[in-house]
Amino acid sequence: MTILAIDTSNDAMGIALVKDKQIIASYTSINKNKHSTRLMPAIDRLMKDANIEPSQLSKIAVAIGPGSYTGVRIGLSIAKTMAWSLDIPIVGLSSLKILTLSLTMYDYKICPFFDARRGLVFTGLYNSDGTIEIEEQNIKMTDWLDRLATLDVPIVFVSPDIELYESMIQESLKEHAHFAPKGFHVTQPGLLGIESKEYPPDDVHTLIPQYLRLVEAEAKWLESQKDGSK
Amino acid sequence: MGEIMNDKKDQYILAIETSCDETAVAIIKNGNEVVSNVVASQIESHKRFGGVVPEVASRHHVEQMTHVLEEAFVKSNLEMESIDAIAVTQGPGLVGALLVGVSTAKALAFAHQKPLIGVHHIAGHIYANQLQEPFTFPLLALVVSGGHTELILMRDHYDFEVIGETRDDAAGEAYDKVARTLNLPYPGGPEIDRLAQEGVDRFDFPRAWLEEGSFDFSFSGLKSSVINTVHNAKQKGETVEIADIATSFQSSVTDVLVEKTYRAAEYYGVKEIIVAGGVAANSGLRSALLDRFDSSAIQVKIPPLWLCTDNAAMIGAAGMVAYEKGYRAGWDLNANPGLDIEMYSKN
Ligand SMILES: [Zn+2]
Repeated sequence: MTILAIDTSNDAMGIALVKDKQIIASYTSINKNKHSTRLMPAIDRLMKDANIEPSQLSKIAVAIGPGSYTGVRIGLSIAKTMAWSLDIPIVGLSSLKILTLSLTMYDYKICPFFDARRGLVFTGLYNSDGTIEIEEQNIKMTDWLDRLATLDVPIVFVSPDIELYESMIQESLKEHAHFAPKGFHVTQPGLLGIESKEYPPDDVHTLIPQYLRLVEAEAKWLESQKDGSK
Repeated sequence: MGEIMNDKKDQYILAIETSCDETAVAIIKNGNEVVSNVVASQIESHKRFGGVVPEVASRHHVEQMTHVLEEAFVKSNLEMESIDAIAVTQGPGLVGALLVGVSTAKALAFAHQKPLIGVHHIAGHIYANQLQEPFTFPLLALVVSGGHTELILMRDHYDFEVIGETRDDAAGEAYDKVARTLNLPYPGGPEIDRLAQEGVDRFDFPRAWLEEGSFDFSFSGLKSSVINTVHNAKQKGETVEIADIATSFQSSVTDVLVEKTYRAAEYYGVKEIIVAGGVAANSGLRSALLDRFDSSAIQVKIPPLWLCTDNAAMIGAAGMVAYEKGYRAGWDLNANPGLDIEMYSKN
């Protein structure tokens, strides 16, 4: 049972090989906008280092977003094609969920997020047992924090963009604001591989990115359809 | 080189094309036989925007890709093991769209340890003609599409010399803009071509010949002239016969395309003319070209309609030649939205 895990949904590129219950190889690096040229050479290297042939893979685990549209598509295109052509199962996991995987030892609610520019974030709220408490969404960080404040419970925040929002979170949630230890604010591809064992396989053809946001032209078009019907 | 060369085994290329709004996969045998050719067009989705929205195109590609791959294999009755190499359009085109194809091709090549070949989209359009008949060099390719208007001289396989290109709009772009001015549905090219059969060339729109001896093109003056004519008529409250506008516009475009192609063909002494790209589907252009070269010894080859529009069979045809020439891409192959055909052929 050898799983290849791939996450290129945000600035970090993370790949790992999980054999049985062990992470046997893992590589993470942050290098914006370079996923296309770096991902396949990295997978090639990782598999050679672990002495695994592509034909020996038994499952692909992949991050489906939210995050960079292009990054998500590169990872998903490679993951889907490998799973389809090797005829092995594929499991897609939310990129936000992947961030929470190293924090389940806390008895706090977990809020993973990615900066989505102009004060917006991609975020959601998870329970410590891994279940979702508030669905993933694209929302203004100020509105999101207002909502979390009403819960009146301790929440641990985890994000590669934590520095952008740390003081804002602290101000809003006061003593309920907690932060993941340094070094945990990045994708954990090995944990993605391990976690994927708990999930039934997705349909390789219908597994698509989770963008959490419409294309602007599409949003405008939908709006115009509504106006037109008035 | 371990194989015995006289033992000629059939060779199969799997090709992928996603440079714009078609998700396409084809399997080509021995470089000239189409085993399967699947094209999932997104045109219905982009119609509502009046043009291709790049992010929407990328989203559709990732949704369609494995379906199209599977269909291409089912129709071919082949297994992955029979494929000798994977070819993919690396550019030019929309970068996000190209990336889906390039990533898919890399994954296939890696998973099955097959050679990977990057193909220039325009080389693909030109090589579409080899699916009909082998080339006779030297030849001149007239490439006309939404993004390209070029005259490319080929003295040998994969030897591309751009001897003329547009200085502003591509012919296809001019078609789209004029179609919008005339309020024709998207895509405008085929609509104008249809209307042009019914009208009269009464407007005498400009033809940009540029300086003596130039094989370059320019369509922005023509485009502005058409738009002004329509606007002026509207302001004066006159009704313009849009069929007449379409006829006059189309004859201006085809006059310049055909005459420049003819002069370049004579100048370079080519044996054949290859017409390539989406606008090659235009019936006005097809008949004007055939007329002009009617009494000439130079042969004009125009591919059937299904090979003019974007497809992966043409990428397979070009990919096979690259494969035989020993072109191999690394795992770092990237999409290149501005890939230059002259540089590409010298790599
Ligand atoms: Zn094209």
